[in-house]
Amino acid sequence: MAMKQSPAKRVGVTVAAWLVAFLIFFPILWTFLTSFKSELDAIAMPPKFLFFNWTLENYAEVQERSNYLKYAFNSIVLSVGANFVGLLIAVPAAWAMAFAPGKRTKDLLMWMLSTKMMPAVGVLVPIYLLFRDLGLLDSLWGIGFVLMLLNLPIIIWMLYTYFKEIPVDILEAARMDGASLLNEILYVLTPMAVPGIASTMLLAIILSWNEAFWTLNLATSNAAPLTAFIASYSAPEGFFWAKLSAASTLAIAPILVLGWFSQKQLVRGLTFGAVK
Amino acid sequence: MGSIQLKSVRKAFGGVSVINGVDLDIKNGEFAVFVGPSGCGKSTLLRLIAGLEDVTSGEVLIDGKAVTDVGPAQRGLAMVFQSYALYPHMSVRNNIAFALKMAGEKTDVIERKVAKAAATLNLTDYLDRKPRQLSGGQRQRVAIGRAIVREPKAFLFDEPLSNLDASLRVQMRVEIGELHNDLKTTMIYVTHDQVEAMTMADKIVVLDKGSVAQVGTPLELYNRPNGLFVAGFIGSPKMNFIKGPSSERRGAAILGIRPEHVAVSTTAGEWPATVRLAEHLGSDTFVHAEGDGIGPLTLRLEGEAPLKPDQRIFVTPREANIHKFDTNGRRID
Ligand SMILES: Nc1ncnc2c1ncn2[C@@H]1O[C@H](COP(=O)(O)OP(=O)(O)O)[C@@H](O)[C@H]1O
Ligand SMILES: [Mg+2]
Repeated sequence: MAMKQSPAKRVGVTVAAWLVAFLIFFPILWTFLTSFKSELDAIAMPPKFLFFNWTLENYAEVQERSNYLKYAFNSIVLSVGANFVGLLIAVPAAWAMAFAPGKRTKDLLMWMLSTKMMPAVGVLVPIYLLFRDLGLLDSLWGIGFVLMLLNLPIIIWMLYTYFKEIPVDILEAARMDGASLLNEILYVLTPMAVPGIASTMLLAIILSWNEAFWTLNLATSNAAPLTAFIASYSAPEGFFWAKLSAASTLAIAPILVLGWFSQKQLVRGLTFGAVK
Repeated sequence: MGSIQLKSVRKAFGGVSVINGVDLDIKNGEFAVFVGPSGCGKSTLLRLIAGLEDVTSGEVLIDGKAVTDVGPAQRGLAMVFQSYALYPHMSVRNNIAFALKMAGEKTDVIERKVAKAAATLNLTDYLDRKPRQLSGGQRQRVAIGRAIVREPKAFLFDEPLSNLDASLRVQMRVEIGELHNDLKTTMIYVTHDQVEAMTMADKIVVLDKGSVAQVGTPLELYNRPNGLFVAGFIGSPKMNFIKGPSSERRGAAILGIRPEHVAVSTTAGEWPATVRLAEHLGSDTFVHAEGDGIGPLTLRLEGEAPLKPDQRIFVTPREANIHKFDTNGRRID
């Protein structure tokens, strides 16, 4: 819909958009700035915005106290690995639901979504005990498995919506051309769905990156991702804002970079289906 | 080889019967056209042959062998879809080569066959383009190219021309006809357009609500339709149906006469009528008239007939071209 807008209205909307964007972005900016302050400057009243003694000592101290790279590595392995495995399961599942639906497909989809509404604490104890008995506590495999299961309904749902948009004729043409089911999915469906798959993966990776409940409860050291790294800055010594900010900046930096370079995919992914 | 037989084929979608027991025999090399109004089950019947749908009961035989349990990939048939269904992410070259790759052909064989198909279809200059960069007619050609490289047992076309404009449609119709003459491969062509059916087919299969109404050559259907449905569907403009004294006198419940099989006089004849509209095409004149007591009549007169609205005329059917139908709509001989 191309609506004619008066210039005044357009300026107004633009300003409002920037304002909202700034409000949302401000906490991140503030964290980033604080990470370069001394602890004293960090709690100074009135707050110092840009004019303070810029220092890297927080980063040095954070690195000294805890091994950032190990946590970051775990985060990357967990969020990318878990969702990649999830994707391998979700593509055939979404194919079946989109192109060969049965009577109960809609119910199945709703049921999968409903698992997302269940409070996680409800199953914490059984899962914890299972993990303990299977020796999966604090292991990348165990946590990766849980993260994969957490996102699977979302990945299947998103792929399902994308696949529904693909004309079934094209897949049937591939079948007529002698493609096996695997080839049909590999050479025809997947390449056509690349934008959808990319934005789905991006969203899923961000969700896993931010997942704190299970990672904090099931991992203590070896398999602990950046959520544990951040959490370790809250407790015993009281709050050290500047160091906490430095740790936070480090924790969100990788995902922020990933998000920055894939904005377009992300926006398309998040608004998909909303506007047609 | 590519003979196709259907034996009491039925298809129901969730309890709704769409194909009600079709028996059909299509010989190797034949150009068969399935024609019928929209929703009569033409596409479904074609998809049953292709294997894209499973029969509810009955059998499909290809070269005498039942293929009920054979998937579409293994039936050796090629299909051209109404929507073209090209692979949007592949170049024209890869679209055409896809089936050969799936069959595991060697690279040089693929290259040679693609080049040959492209040359046949005037696509050589477009091989590196993506489907979205082609016109409708070119996309149609790619879809056909994709089918011919496979050297299938039979081609299945599902309303392949309905997305093209009128002049391109006529041109493609001729091209597909020539293709059939060259390849001599069995073709099954689905259309709702009886003109396409009449001009292209060796054998026309008229479908009505999921059943075969009549099978025959174009002229058989034109000259001897077996019932009201086929009589009304084949031929343009449509056959006139007349009830009342003049049909009773000839021993029929309903009498059918094609617009081109009448004599028109301004002085005397069997059916007095009033001209409503005369369409002058130059070669012919189509006259829409209202017959006294028999309702609307369509007449087709050769050349230019000097008729005007509201003029009184007298229409006489040519006795040899009259079709007679009983109360059930079946032909009486
Ligand atoms: N997958 C399907 N599920 C349910 N009904 C279908 C399906 N495909 C076709 N039909 C129904 O079968 C009938 C015949 O359809 P189709 O074969 O496409 O007709 P045609 O090609 O002659 O226009 C229609 O009433 C259509 O609604
Ligand atoms: Mg159809």
